Amino acid sequence: MRRYAYYPGCSLERNAAAYDESFRAVAQVLGVELVEIDDWNCCGATEYFSLELLPAYALVARNLALIPPDLDQVVAPCSACYYNMYKTDKNMALYPELARAVNEALAAGHLHYEPGRVRSRHALEVMVEDFTPEEIAAHVRKPLRGLRLAAYYGCVTVRPAGHDDPEYPTRMEQLLQALGATVVDYTLRANCCGGHMTQLDADTAYGMIYYLLSNAARLEVDALVVACPMCQLNLDAYQGQVNSYFGSDFRIPILYFTQMMGLAFGIEPERLGFGQEIVSAERVLEKWRNPPPEEEPVERRPRREKTGLPMPEPLVAGRG
Amino acid sequence: MPEEASANPFLEEVIAFPGGERLKSCIQCGTCGGSCPSGFAMDHTPRELFAMILAGMREEVLKSNTFWFCVSCYYCTVRCPQEIPITDIMYRLKRLAIQAGYYTASITGFSETFVGQVETYGRSFELGLATGHYLRHHPIQSIRMSPLMLSMVTRGRMSFTPKRIQGIRQLRAILRRAKELGGAW
Repeated sequence: MRRYAYYPGCSLERNAAAYDESFRAVAQVLGVELVEIDDWNCCGATEYFSLELLPAYALVARNLALIPPDLDQVVAPCSACYYNMYKTDKNMALYPELARAVNEALAAGHLHYEPGRVRSRHALEVMVEDFTPEEIAAHVRKPLRGLRLAAYYGCVTVRPAGHDDPEYPTRMEQLLQALGATVVDYTLRANCCGGHMTQLDADTAYGMIYYLLSNAARLEVDALVVACPMCQLNLDAYQGQVNSYFGSDFRIPILYFTQMMGLAFGIEPERLGFGQEIVSAERVLEKWRNPPPEEEPVERRPRREKTGLPMPEPLVAGRG
Repeated sequence: MPEEASANPFLEEVIAFPGGERLKSCIQCGTCGGSCPSGFAMDHTPRELFAMILAGMREEVLKSNTFWFCVSCYYCTVRCPQEIPITDIMYRLKRLAIQAGYYTASITGFSETFVGQVETYGRSFELGLATGHYLRHHPIQSIRMSPLMLSMVTRGRMSFTPKRIQGIRQLRAILRRAKELGGAW
């Protein structure tokens, strides 16, 4: 059994409860034990770094320091939480003056964190790195046959930490394929959703969200699959705002990759937080309940049309 | 370049945090600006801003909107051939601009409310926060936002009060000490 310290983060308590519920459900199926950090605090998102540097690092370091000594990995489903922990650990190791200052601050709370003690990991990273696609496929009870999905990573899920290609990651696609889904080549997969830009300048934020949605719509996906509560919030909750701003008519469900894993594992949608999304995922669930019949392997169409230029007859008659 | 650098107190001020030193190696290639997803909204591209820092243009730089439009996506950081931690430079410039008093509530309010919550409760409740920030700084837009807020409430995704962590006193002590120690960063 694999054991990880678990850092849910503030979003997963309420706004992204679907992510927390589905991650825990899927972890259970895979035999993963998640040990929630006792009395964890907010990671500060991107906001604390904008105001004060050392308190921003100390805030994150308190959580790292609270991880029990018998655990050497912590997993966070939220990309901002994950990256803040990764960044704090890495920079403390890289800059001794930072490590000294952070630990001096932690000492005011009788805590200490030794950089390098805990490896910070994203929930997606754990699912694609600690399990092979075959291991995942072995748990599939109800494949996502006929579902056309785009994998959307967003920014700090893969960048700059680099557990997948920071420009063109592909491992979520492999995961979704292992679940039986049809995965499209979504070129904007690692572009930014705008983060907290909706709070600062709605025009800019809506433009960024529109760009992501319109590309997914052109690929005619049934859903856009995400790995971060910020991406989910921006693309799902603001989809209506973006539609009225641009006169568009997007209705793309934005779902967590753990929800898709849960469906494929045969877990009931109620246990995976379905119904909390703003853009209804009912059509996705409908296809999941009634998958199209398994397709026969497609016979190759003849390369040449009958109306083409005169060519020698094929040696084997009766094709085309 | 050391003599030039010491003749530029603003550059020294900008890079005075762990890792900031690398800004001195900027070769003005423009990869940062070309990679920026929100660059269209900036009054100076990141490359331009770095040239201005290297030229010591303190006021123009700190009054620029560039770093406020940085969405922390780290494209520039992973692509920079000189391995400059550009996103962290942007955070640094935000802090300096606030200290210099060039930006107030409607821009910095969101960050301040967010951090205020963390310091009070130990956790954040982003949507309660978003509502509060909108009502205070964008009262007209908040009418446009009300359908969104309503649908978040009906789906149980909105919390109105954050949870207070048990170790809030411990956290405050840590943050207080960190503020004393890290004032210059």
